[in-house]
Parts: sequence; structure tokens; C-alpha cells
Amino acid sequence: MIEVQGLHLRYGGVAALDGVNLALRAGEFVALLGASGSGKTTLLRSLAGLEFPDAGQVLIEGRDMAAVPARERGVGFVFQNYALFRHMTVFENIAFGLRIKPRRLRPGRAEIVRRVEELLALVRLPGMGGRHPDQLSGGQRQRVALARALAIEPRVLLLDEPFGALDAKVRKELRHWLRGLHDRLGLTSLFVTHDQDEALELADRVAVMRDGRVVQFDTPEALLAAPADAGVAGFLGDAVPIDCVVRDGQAWFEGLPPVAVAGVAEGKAVAFLRPVDLLVEPGAGEARVAAARQDGRGVRLTVETAGMLLEATPAPGWMPRRGEPCRVTALAARVFPA
Amino acid sequence: MRRPTEEAPWLRWVLCLAAVGVAVLFLVLPLAAVFAEAFRRGWEPAVRALADPDALAAVRLTLLVAAVAVPVNLVGGVAAAWAIAKFDFPGRRLLMVLIELPFSVSPVISGLVYVLVFGAQGWLGPWLEERGVQVIFALPGIVLATIFVTFPFVARTLIPLMQDQGRTEEEAAATLGADGWRMFRHVTLPNIRWALLSGVLLCNARAMGEFGAVSVVSGHVRGETNTMPLHVEILYNEYQFVAAFAVAGLLALLALVTLGAKAVLERAG
Amino acid sequence: MRRRAALPGLGLALGVTWLWLGLIVLVPLSALVLRPWELGLAGVWASVTEPRVVAALGLSFGAALGAALVDLPLGLLIAWVVVRYRFPGRRVLDAAIDLPFALPTAVAGLALTALYAPNGWLGAPLAAMGVTVAFTPLGVAVALAFVGLPFVVRMVEPVLRDLGPEAEEAAAVLGATRWQAWRRVVLPALGPALVSGVALAFARAVGEYGSVIFIAGNRPMESEIAPLLIVARLEQYDYAGAAALGLAMLLLSFVFLVVFGLMQRRLRRGVV
Repeated sequence: MIEVQGLHLRYGGVAALDGVNLALRAGEFVALLGASGSGKTTLLRSLAGLEFPDAGQVLIEGRDMAAVPARERGVGFVFQNYALFRHMTVFENIAFGLRIKPRRLRPGRAEIVRRVEELLALVRLPGMGGRHPDQLSGGQRQRVALARALAIEPRVLLLDEPFGALDAKVRKELRHWLRGLHDRLGLTSLFVTHDQDEALELADRVAVMRDGRVVQFDTPEALLAAPADAGVAGFLGDAVPIDCVVRDGQAWFEGLPPVAVAGVAEGKAVAFLRPVDLLVEPGAGEARVAAARQDGRGVRLTVETAGMLLEATPAPGWMPRRGEPCRVTALAARVFPA
Repeated sequence: MRRPTEEAPWLRWVLCLAAVGVAVLFLVLPLAAVFAEAFRRGWEPAVRALADPDALAAVRLTLLVAAVAVPVNLVGGVAAAWAIAKFDFPGRRLLMVLIELPFSVSPVISGLVYVLVFGAQGWLGPWLEERGVQVIFALPGIVLATIFVTFPFVARTLIPLMQDQGRTEEEAAATLGADGWRMFRHVTLPNIRWALLSGVLLCNARAMGEFGAVSVVSGHVRGETNTMPLHVEILYNEYQFVAAFAVAGLLALLALVTLGAKAVLERAG
Repeated sequence: MRRRAALPGLGLALGVTWLWLGLIVLVPLSALVLRPWELGLAGVWASVTEPRVVAALGLSFGAALGAALVDLPLGLLIAWVVVRYRFPGRRVLDAAIDLPFALPTAVAGLALTALYAPNGWLGAPLAAMGVTVAFTPLGVAVALAFVGLPFVVRMVEPVLRDLGPEAEEAAAVLGATRWQAWRRVVLPALGPALVSGVALAFARAVGEYGSVIFIAGNRPMESEIAPLLIVARLEQYDYAGAAALGLAMLLLSFVFLVVFGLMQRRLRRGVV
């Protein structure tokens, strides 16, 4: 459906895209995940025809897009800050893409009204057509932007940080609604985000970007289970990197018992340990409880060992107290050569 | 108990009065003087001065000059603002500096440069004279000098606004299928219309009121190459004070209308 | 290399812009730079160092500087009052500030002359005190202060508005008196804007013609401004001499503006 091959784009000496390859299947909902500056927005804009790669190919439905200007690509694009036309009403914003079609393709006036009403209902803003963008909340603007993009009936929907400017509660609500909409309309969607929860929770597949490349493209489960490298592992989950040495099939730490690892070259390495990987039991040991706090999800425990502060999971039935000595066992670790 | 960021009431009063005093002495009084002098002998002589054929010719010439100069700078200013605000290209900063240049040049020099090019001893003067084309001491010279002094008005009101607005709305229009003209017509223009109007008003006020530059290239032929400000000078030098101030009053009125319209536009935008 | 842009029209817009800029501004201005040298280097030097020229340049630049420095406190006062206080007539005051921008210079010149002439509304009382304004260098400075005032106000206003009361509140909480807060917090923050306002007022005043010639009296060596000398030389068809004087004025103002720019940079570094 969307195919990107060897995309390169430089901004005055800096490579924003450094050989991106990516292929989306029809109907997929894909997240582009990465830190800011990793090139994800540039990639998205290249697909829409808003940026022009120095080298490489963009194919949409098998067609080379190199010579196709943005206005002829027919993709839906939702901008980060929505880019609503501020001088137009909600209705006029949504109708824009229909009203500017060449005369022979333009729907009639009544048809436009009908389509806009339909879209307003779809984004759950019925009767709001007469408002101006500055009279809407952030979540409402976001939905108007979406309706406007959908008005031209795109097969492909591109969203740049669609929930970035919204507060946490609205963001969660809109997430699931957007996913539902995508499934219902049979779209192929690609959305940019720097929020791993959002990407992992919502997307069929996640493309992790770093330094202008896609470093891993996989399902959320596969990403969590087998990160491609230390960078991806560090980016996902709450894992902290800890230096270690791999010897005899085990990773050796300072202040922690060794953990068995497979398939990692001997020598210096870096291990990623998530809170769930570290089990803490009471009793004499090298570690001490640095902080313990009960919250809605259980006990949050921080232990100190060998000068490190690590978040960990307490053994069932134990309520740790600050300063209490304890023992830490690493159940699992993702280890990469340093 | 007053807030720590407020001055004592007496001090506030003193400062307000001082500011209003400065404004009255410095800004309002000169304006009042124009009208007082114009109506020194009542309405009738003032009106007669405006109905004089030479005065009417000056009004016509002034309107004509503005009607050419303003559209030229409107088109150029919009083009420049579009390029500078919406694109990155080498030489962008240089272009911005060059566009502001006419404002840092004395009006007399603005007229002088055209004399140096088109005058009797100018680069193109003799060549044009052979072909019967007169630029200096004629309408074309007045128009050119006026375009020069009003050059930056439209561009400089538009550039900061358009830079501020960024280009995402235009990009959104592009992804929705708009071509260049529709993008400009339906998205850019509505967003800048008040600023554009305000720039045009200022440009027009200056075009109609320009004195120094026009004075250098005009030749001061009564009824032919005299604009309103030049007519004011001639009348004044001939000691026809009431007439001079009557025409000046008309120009002052134009300034007041411009200021009023600008204030309204600023509140609308 | 020019990057392809997603928005259309750059080529057309740049084409129109450069054509407009080139024909109206650059070509004519190049004549100003090129033509003085018809006199030869020595001739140019002689033509701009004539005593009458030196006196006129001195008056133009001196009066412009003086006027801009007078505009500094007046402009600051008006900007402060307009931004900080609410009182009846504030809107009118705010609109009136731009009057010198909008009023045609010849009208301003006539009005100021009428006002400050020995029998004028202000001239008569001043004459009684033994001060003559009209037809003296003082008159020149008054006219230049008039045209320059809005520049200072309009540069300071937005900065003052952005400054908000927070910084002063912080100063007050730290124990500063109102005067200390103003002197040490507000004024330094306004410094760069004040300098650029003064620079703009100065730049405008140096070349000013219409509002000055009526009130100046135009006596050679005493109250004759440089632009008037350019006009006089043109009337004698001394194109090269006029161009030499014009170029000298431009270069001199450029030097002054560079100095203002350096001052502004130092002040700004002090603030940040």
C-alpha cells in the first residue's frame, strides 16, 4: 500500500532521513515511534509531498510519487497543531477539500452539505459546523482536522503527533476512538508519536526511528520481546541500562547476582532491566530499600545497590520499609554488546 | 494598600498628565494650528482656495500618482512577503534588508537618484530626450519617486504577520488538493487581509503626502506637475497663507482618516 | 542548491520581487554610488568639505541626534503611560502617537512654523521669554523631534507590554522599592528597544526635508540642512556634486547606525 525505499533527505548538511525503508500493508495501523529529531515527522511529510527527498522512492498503491505534487496525492494529513483554517468555520474547513475540486469532479452544493454533516456526525461534532476553530477545545479541533482530512476520501491517512497537544484524559479517549474509526473506514494509517504507550497500545506494527533510519519495524509484542538493539531496548519500557560483563553465558553485575544470557558475545555489555525483571526479597543482602510507596497499582519499590537506584518488584506479601536490607534477584535481562 | 507594582496615585496622575501634555503640545497643537490658520478668515476663503483650478489639478495629480504607486507596491510587497515568509532560500535576509532600504534614505536622495538616471545629464536622460520621452519634471518621475518612498510599506506589514502564521495552513490546503492560486485566494489572503489593508492605507497616505522626493523631480509647474504638498509650498511661498493652510488641512484630514482607519483595522485584525 | 518546496509560487514571487526591487531601488541607487566619482576623488572630497557643506552636515546630524535624545524620555513617558495606565482618552493618545507618521511632512512643517513663529501660539510666549525657535537651528531640532517621536514610542511599547508585572513583582518581593525596581529591572529590559527607537528616530531625522525647510529659515552656515543643499546643487545642474553629498550623508548615517547597533548589542548582552 505504502512503500518507502532508500529515502534520503538532508537539511543543510544534517541527514534528516538516512536511508529509510518501510512497507505498509493495506488496512494497517502503523506508528512511527522515535525521539524528537529522529526523522519521523520528515518521513511523514515526505509521504504527503510536503518534503522532497534527495534520493529514494515513495510508492503509494504501487505508484511512484516523485513527480506527484501534494495536492494530487490524495492522502489525508492531520497536522500536529491541526492547521485549521482559522478564518473559516468548522463547516467551511471540512468542506474546503470538496469545494476546491475542479468543476467536473466537484460535488453539488447540497451534496457537499450532506457530506460535511455526515463527517461531523462521524467525528461526533454534530451541529458544530457554524463554530470557528478558536471556539473549540483541543480535542474538538483535533476531530475537525480529522474530518477535514477525511472529506477528500483518502485511502491513506497520515497523522503527525495526533494527540500531542491534548491532555492525558482526552488523549486516551481519542486514541481508541481513532483506532475504531480506522478499522471502520478501512484506511491505511501511519501516525507519528514519541509516546511509546500510545504506539504499543494502538498500532498493528510500530516502526522505531532513530537518526533518520527505521531501526526496527515489528508488532508491539515482538518489539517488547526482542528489541533489535540497545537503543530500542532503552527506548521501550521503563528499563534502565546497567553496565555488565558477559562471561560463560552469564551477565555479571556489580551489586546484583548474575543472570543467564544466550547468544551475546563475551566481554563488556549493557543490560536493560525492567522493574518486573527485578525481584526483591527481605533479608540480609547487599541492597537496601531506598523508597517504598503504595499506589493504585501496588507497591512501588526503589532499591539501592552498588550505588545504583533501581525500580524493582517486591516479593509477594512483603511491605518493604525504607532502609530495610534486602536481596535482589534478576529474573531476566536484555543484554547487548557495549 | 496598593499593589507593589503600582505607583502612588499622585505619581500616576503626574505621569498621565505629563504624557497627555506632551501629546497635546507636540502632536495635537500643530494639527489644530493647521485648521485654525485655514479658517482664520472663515470658511469661505478656505473653500475658495480648494476650488481653485490649480488646487483641483494638484488634487487630481495626487490621486493619479497614488493610483499608480500603491498598486505597484501592493503587488511587489505581496510577492516579496510570500517569498520571504513562506520559503527558505539563499539571499532571504539580504532581500529583507534591501526592501527596507528606501526607508533609510532621505526623501531628497530618493528623488535625486531618479534625476541622476533620467535627468538632462542623467544616464538615460539624453537618450530619452531624443525620443521625446520626459521622465524628470513630468508625471513618470513623480510616480517613480513616489513608488520609491512608499516601497516598503506593504511588505513590512505583511512579512512579520505571515512569518508568524507559518505555512502549515497552506500545506494543509495543498494536501486537500488546492493549487497555488486557490491556496493564496482562500487560505493566505483571508488571513492577511486586515494587515494588507492597513499596509495599503499607510502606503497611500505617504504616497499622497510625499514632499521631498517629489519636490526634487517635479519641476513645480502649476496645474501640471504640482501635487498637493507641492501646491501647499508654492502657496505658502507666495504668502497666500489661508490657501496654503486650506490645502494643508485637506492633507491633514487624509492623515486623520488614515489613522482612524488603521486603529479600527488593528482592532478588527 | 535550492530545495524544492511544497508550496508553489516561489519562482514567480521572487521574479516579481527582484524586478520590482531592481528597477525601483537598486538601479537608481547605484547611480548615487557611481556618479560622484565623475569629479575624481579629490573633487568629491573638496565638494563634501566645503565650509557650507560641513556646516549643513553638522546641523543635520547634530540636530537629528539632539532631537532623537529629546524623543527618548518623551517617548518612554508616553509608552509607559499608554501601556500601564487606564485613563479616559488613552485610546486617543495611543492613536495620536502615529500622527507624525501619517501627517504629510510639508503639512507638519507649515504647522510647526505657524505654531512657533514669533506671533504663533507657542512662539509668542517663548519670544517673551527670550527664546526664538522658528528660523533657527532650534526650530530644526523641534521639527526633527516631532517626526521622530513615534519611533521611540512604537519600539518601546511592545517590549513594555511583554515585560508584564512579574519581573517587578519579583523585585518587590526581594525588597526593592518601586524606584529600585524600575531603575534596575524595567529600564535595563527596555534598553535595547530604547536604543533602536532612538536610532530609527535619528535615521529618519537626518534625511528629513519637508517638515524642516519651512521652520528652518534656511540661512547658509546657520540653519541650512544638508538635504536642502542637495536640492540647491541639483538646481544648478551639479549632478555629481549633489550625488557626492547624498552619498556622504548615507555613509555618515550608516556609521551612526553601526554605533547604535553596537550599543544595542552591549545593552542586550547586559540584560541576558
